[in-house]
Amino acid sequence: MKRQVKKKWPEQEDKVRRLISNLPYEDLRRKYQPNRQYANNSIKTTKYTVWSFIPMNLFEQFHRFANVYFVVIAMLNFVPIVNAFEPGVALIPICVILILTAIKDAWEDFRRYQADKQLNNMPCSIYSRKEKDFVSKCWKDVRVGDFVKVVCNEVIPADILLLHSSDPNGVCHIETANLDGETNLKQRQIVRGFDGSFQPEYFSSIIYCEKPSNNLNRFKGYLDKPDKKKIGFGKENLLLRGCTVRNTDEAAGIVVYAGHETKAMLNNKGPRYKRSKLERKVNTDVLFCVALLFIMCLIGALGYFIWLETFPDIPPFVPPDSNNNYISPALSGFYMFFTMVILLQVLIPISLYVSIELIKVGQIFFITNDIDLYDEETDSRIQCRALNITEDLGQIKYIFSDKTGTLTENKMVFRRCSVMGIEYCHRENGDCLLTALRLGAQCETISDDEDIVFQKPKVPSRLQYRQKKGISSLRRSQSARTHMGARYQSEVFTITNEVAFSSPLETDVAPDRRLLRVTCDEKTQIQEWCRVSHCNGSASFMDFFLALAICNTVVVSTAMLPRQRVSDQHNLFCQVTNDTFSHYDNNVVTLFLRDSGSNNPSRRNSSASHHSEEERGTVSDPNGLCYEAESPDEAALVYAAKAYGFTLLARAPDRVTVRLPQGAVLSFEVLDTLAFDSTRKRMSVVVRHPITREVVIYTKGADSAIMELLDCHGRSAEENKRKKIASKTQRHLDLYASAGLRTLCIAKKVLSEQAYDDWASIRQEAESTIDNREELLMETAVHLETNLTLLGATGIEDRLQDDVPATIAALREAGIQVWVLTGDKNETAVNIAYSCRLFNQGDMVFTLNTDSREQCESILDCTLGEVRRYTAPSQSWSFQSIVGAVMPTESTGPTFGLVIEGRTLSMVFEAHLQMKLLELARHCRSVLCCRVTPLQKSAVVKLVRNKLKVMTLSIGDGANDVNMIQTADIGIGISGQEGMQAVMASDFAITHFKHLKKLLLVHGHWCYSRLAKMVIYFFYKNVMYVNLLFWYQFYCGFSGTAMIDYWLMIFFNLFFTSTPPIMFGIMDRDISAETLLGLPELYKTGQNSEFYKRATFWIVMLDAFYQSLVCFFIPYWTYQGSDIDIFTFGTPMNTVSLFTILLHLAIEIKSWTAIHWGFMVGSVLLYFIVALIFSAICINCNPPSNPYWIMENQMADPVFYLVCIITTVVALLPRYIIRVLQGTLALSPLVQARKLDRLSTEARDQQIKNWKSQRSPSEVPTNLVSPVDSFSNSFEQSFYNSSLEREMPDMQWDSNEETQNTFSKGHRRSISTMTV
Amino acid sequence: VSQLGAGTTNRPDNTAFDQQRLPAWQPVLSAGIVIPGFLLVGLAFIGIGVALFVTSRSIQVLENDYTGTGSSVHCSECVNPKTTPCTCQLNFSLSALFQGPVFLYYGLSNYFQNLWGDLSKSPSSSCAPYQYDQNTTIAPCGSVANSMFNDTFTLYQLVNATRKTVPLDGKGIAWWTDYNIKFRNPPEVDGSLAAAFNGTVKPVNWPKPVYDLDPTNPANNGFLNQDFLVWMRTAALPDFWKLYRRITEGEYASGLPAGNYTLEIQYNYPVANFAGRKSVIFSNTSWMGGKNQFLGIAYLVTGSLCVVMSAVMLIVYAKFNSPDEDF
Repeated sequence: MKRQVKKKWPEQEDKVRRLISNLPYEDLRRKYQPNRQYANNSIKTTKYTVWSFIPMNLFEQFHRFANVYFVVIAMLNFVPIVNAFEPGVALIPICVILILTAIKDAWEDFRRYQADKQLNNMPCSIYSRKEKDFVSKCWKDVRVGDFVKVVCNEVIPADILLLHSSDPNGVCHIETANLDGETNLKQRQIVRGFDGSFQPEYFSSIIYCEKPSNNLNRFKGYLDKPDKKKIGFGKENLLLRGCTVRNTDEAAGIVVYAGHETKAMLNNKGPRYKRSKLERKVNTDVLFCVALLFIMCLIGALGYFIWLETFPDIPPFVPPDSNNNYISPALSGFYMFFTMVILLQVLIPISLYVSIELIKVGQIFFITNDIDLYDEETDSRIQCRALNITEDLGQIKYIFSDKTGTLTENKMVFRRCSVMGIEYCHRENGDCLLTALRLGAQCETISDDEDIVFQKPKVPSRLQYRQKKGISSLRRSQSARTHMGARYQSEVFTITNEVAFSSPLETDVAPDRRLLRVTCDEKTQIQEWCRVSHCNGSASFMDFFLALAICNTVVVSTAMLPRQRVSDQHNLFCQVTNDTFSHYDNNVVTLFLRDSGSNNPSRRNSSASHHSEEERGTVSDPNGLCYEAESPDEAALVYAAKAYGFTLLARAPDRVTVRLPQGAVLSFEVLDTLAFDSTRKRMSVVVRHPITREVVIYTKGADSAIMELLDCHGRSAEENKRKKIASKTQRHLDLYASAGLRTLCIAKKVLSEQAYDDWASIRQEAESTIDNREELLMETAVHLETNLTLLGATGIEDRLQDDVPATIAALREAGIQVWVLTGDKNETAVNIAYSCRLFNQGDMVFTLNTDSREQCESILDCTLGEVRRYTAPSQSWSFQSIVGAVMPTESTGPTFGLVIEGRTLSMVFEAHLQMKLLELARHCRSVLCCRVTPLQKSAVVKLVRNKLKVMTLSIGDGANDVNMIQTADIGIGISGQEGMQAVMASDFAITHFKHLKKLLLVHGHWCYSRLAKMVIYFFYKNVMYVNLLFWYQFYCGFSGTAMIDYWLMIFFNLFFTSTPPIMFGIMDRDISAETLLGLPELYKTGQNSEFYKRATFWIVMLDAFYQSLVCFFIPYWTYQGSDIDIFTFGTPMNTVSLFTILLHLAIEIKSWTAIHWGFMVGSVLLYFIVALIFSAICINCNPPSNPYWIMENQMADPVFYLVCIITTVVALLPRYIIRVLQGTLALSPLVQARKLDRLSTEARDQQIKNWKSQRSPSEVPTNLVSPVDSFSNSFEQSFYNSSLEREMPDMQWDSNEETQNTFSKGHRRSISTMTV
Repeated sequence: VSQLGAGTTNRPDNTAFDQQRLPAWQPVLSAGIVIPGFLLVGLAFIGIGVALFVTSRSIQVLENDYTGTGSSVHCSECVNPKTTPCTCQLNFSLSALFQGPVFLYYGLSNYFQNLWGDLSKSPSSSCAPYQYDQNTTIAPCGSVANSMFNDTFTLYQLVNATRKTVPLDGKGIAWWTDYNIKFRNPPEVDGSLAAAFNGTVKPVNWPKPVYDLDPTNPANNGFLNQDFLVWMRTAALPDFWKLYRRITEGEYASGLPAGNYTLEIQYNYPVANFAGRKSVIFSNTSWMGGKNQFLGIAYLVTGSLCVVMSAVMLIVYAKFNSPDEDF
């Protein structure tokens, strides 16, 4: 196909794709189709076809080393001179393994085939010239160059260039959830010049666009019109396959990419293959086994040679070859080497690989079925995307975490704002207290500020209670909605996403009474507003809220008719106005009511709590408006504005409608939107004020980006005032940041008509260019955003997720170092670090923040020196106290924290100071990197991973974490608000950070210990069994003879002893989940690979040698010198080794469930049944000796049982005694923990507490903080309880107040330590 | 995006199995628990060991090497025989009754019969290279059959300087299953076994064909010859015995009385070329088979070891399992 393309457009081949409409060629054969060289829309993700399955699957399977080895062995069997087994029989194991794998592959492929088939046959509408209309066809019939129509809620079949939309503004909304998981709507526009009626037949342009690529954000091209005019288009004109059309009745366009060339398909990579640490170790040990095999075969070959040499003459029992010739001893010795390879092949545990895969399937089953890792709200379980690294979860030493969305909820809540230099702390925000608890800041701390007149509530209990009640009840209703949504989801409506979407936003903002009063006062002035200058102080409040409502890209839709965008059709609005007004007035009344509620108790009583509930419901949803924003901050601001009565009613590309508090509706003409970008760190809208007709620019952005653009250079009183406002605002901003709030500055600028016209023409020019358009557009934006007037600032809270501090504490106790890598600014990040206990109050926190290389180095050296000074003397202490690794963090000295800035970090990398940084970091309890780029994130992970040779885990939720997730040994994605990109790149996807605790501490430990023990056992099992055969070689002249019938020998590994270890690897539970969670310390065993070390391997090998010696020589000495025949001699050995191997496992099994018993007893029974049946029916098999009736004879002989008993006991005695001693002395924490498991729940909890206090007397900070924690918990508890009760006991409030006091004290302390 | 049916959620089942909470027995091995176990097992083993040892002691074995080379003086005249077949005498005397029933074995040393018990021969070629002799089928084929042991023994008791033949019972020395099920003679042709083997030749090393193995008893011929069946049961180890005869008849049924005996050996089988040794063994048996001290000793040792371990565990328990430390 490629060659064809080359022939046609040799010069353009590498750059662009050229396509034209298919319609003129509609009925022609494929040969004459203009776009035939492009892939069509039918997709095929299957690997095989029915015919190619067997050869291709075999080919793939033989790519694996293990299988190749097996096949080579099987082939060796067919070489006449060395054949040891009957060749056909030797093929059985490899065939079983190949067939098992092939069945698995075939099943997976079949599922893919079915999915493909379903997709390919989905209906869609393609324009037909004959019918002069769109006709219904299947997805697979869509070709490049076809015109396709999609209607609302339909999935887009291919990548379509949008040419027509039913929307008068020429936009089409799509939801890209299928592609990147982002549930917010994206706006797509028709290509310029195609508005109005669109006739596919008359489309005669040639389309040039770029070649298919997987970059979702890049698409460029142009239309070559017949009149030689070129029209550019970009990604905003492209509808992507897999997305869903929303809010738009119908849209149509021409297909540019189809099938596998669509961006969705190019992005769709299969599951990732990673090799776990354990598996790498297994591979080296397999090599050891190969070496062992080689040595044993060599011994066999040499032995045979020497044995032959000892005879003076050829003995009668050495048969000649088939030509009656005797080959030389040396040559026969050489052949014997291969015979030995075949005999002892089981030494290489080929079935180990199959077993490991089966075990991992089982482990993943249990992980995904864990109800604790299930999220009710989103109805999602943990996803295991990488199937073969479960055991790595148990060995993590470093965790790299993103902050926003990972540690925090990324549910933005408007918390406080500063308008014109005055701070409004929004005490009324329901859970202000809780927030303060979490964030370490409190309203009182700010009350020191002279500007703020702090109002203490006069009758706090009633008021507070009522408001809390309202909010909590709202919460409840919200969660109820979520449930409803889940139910809806099952139906045809995929609409319900809106619930899932709107839930991340806390829409309930209780307005600050003071600020509300100010705005209410302004309401009276509002009529004069148009006449008053905009710089007027009071009007600035209006401007502030207008900016909040307007300056964004929020899409408005109604909740009743989800995804039906509200457009600004005035007549429509007029109809609604009366209705909505009444609603609104109610609200205002309610708000005032609430204000005066304390003075009017009778009224409060009459309006029972459910009343306020109803009212609250209407507040949050006056007429079912629903805001959908690309970033949650924006939506939070719009909701905040709405709370103050500035309701964003509708937004269209050129018009935005806002209802003011007193009910007036203003419709702003949007002249331009300067979209947000990360370099400018701000966005602006240029609007024409409907009343004053002025051109106004509202800008919102990061404080650093706005503050330097402020217009405060003059000397006038006005300018001074502005400066003062700016400096006050800056102070508030700092406070917000230190309270962990996300800050945004709001500013405005009034532009003269002339200036705007000038700018608009430049802008137009920039827009119409095709090359480096982005840069030009940005330039124009920067040009406009100057000399701004500061309106105010907002603080948005990004709340910590549930249980984050506890999780981090537990992880740290487990010996895991947690690093936080965030793009956020220093103060915010540090504060979050304190609040999630990454840093403790007593920690010494070093901050590396410098621009110069020399400084950077010297600071590093200094800090290192400092740290060493503290840690050196306590080193000896930590050595003896810690069971696992020596962690400096557990020493008695001070603990350290490190904060490093992105710039400094890049300096470190440039100046090759990585090792110094690492050493410093290793002494630190936690490291916090702020303002780092995605690339730096992955560089940090790589540095730690490669230099410290430790297992790393990255966890994040956003696209900026993808690099780091892919770099780490384990990447975990949080499926949260920021789309699915992180999840797509991850190995495991969870919904909350707290799930990490159980995932690592419990499942990680289990998976690792299970698999490690199983692998070790597997090695043991094979070596032990094979050695039996090897010892026999000394008594059969190294002739490669086996004393066990070879069917039974093959069955032995394939059936009798294969299932118990697999069951063991999936199900064994050495320590209960509760104890593992209670004692995170136990995780260290996995970190230090204690279950599977090099020594473990050799010890188990020794044990295997010992056991095989016992199992061989006890029967040998028993039967020595008797008339026993070969298989009668082998049968007790086979039986004994079965018992030994199974009982060895029994010693290792730590918890016996019915399933364990079933498998163990079943295996023994299976052995005896099969052996008995086999011996009874095998009359003439395997001549000259055969197993006929041997098992029956043996089982009638008492000596058989006596031999079995003593051999098993002697073989297992050493291991048993060692395990008993380990259990008695209880040196390892694992054994102690196992003992805890046997206690009752209460006794265990008590013991765990004792243990913790014994082991970590130095963990003072945790103890210091924990009462606060419990307080907050109990507080929260009582809070919820109270909201459920109708009557509120007065006592309840008292306790709350108490908490509050405790809290403010606690926080003062924290802040003071911080500033020290 | 999963489109699940109405009412279903993704919620995992909250069952004991799915949540890995199945009731389990979680033994923690510790000294306190295993002390009685060790003691019991130890005592039981000592008991078994004593029983085995005593039984084994009561078994009488009389073994005589008659290779004729090296330390063995018997039958040295037959090592390089002038006449074949060579017959030699082996005299021995019993001072007491040799408790019956007495079994007569022949023993071979350094003889690797298990070389053919090996698996190197697939069924089709199990007879190679002794399948055809000049394109005629060998019956019985294979190297095991080819190398069949063919010394014969006759036992005489010397009573008043006259030799009194001790009747040797050659019936039922092979496994019942071998005789009745596994091995079958070809159907006789005209009542003659020899005719049934028409078209086959005797193995290379054999002096006479398979249908003529036992001239004294026509029923004991062909593949169902007891000596042949015993030989065909491949020995497990290079030093092995094979049952030759039982002494079960007449006055010798209760054993060989004290006195002088002569064993007349027809020395046919060469062992010198592989440094093998031949011997003849008289033995009686018990419920545990032939004489073997090992198992009894092993049980005694292991039993004592277990008792000792229980004592050690007691010490460990006393030292390390103080109740306050135990949790």
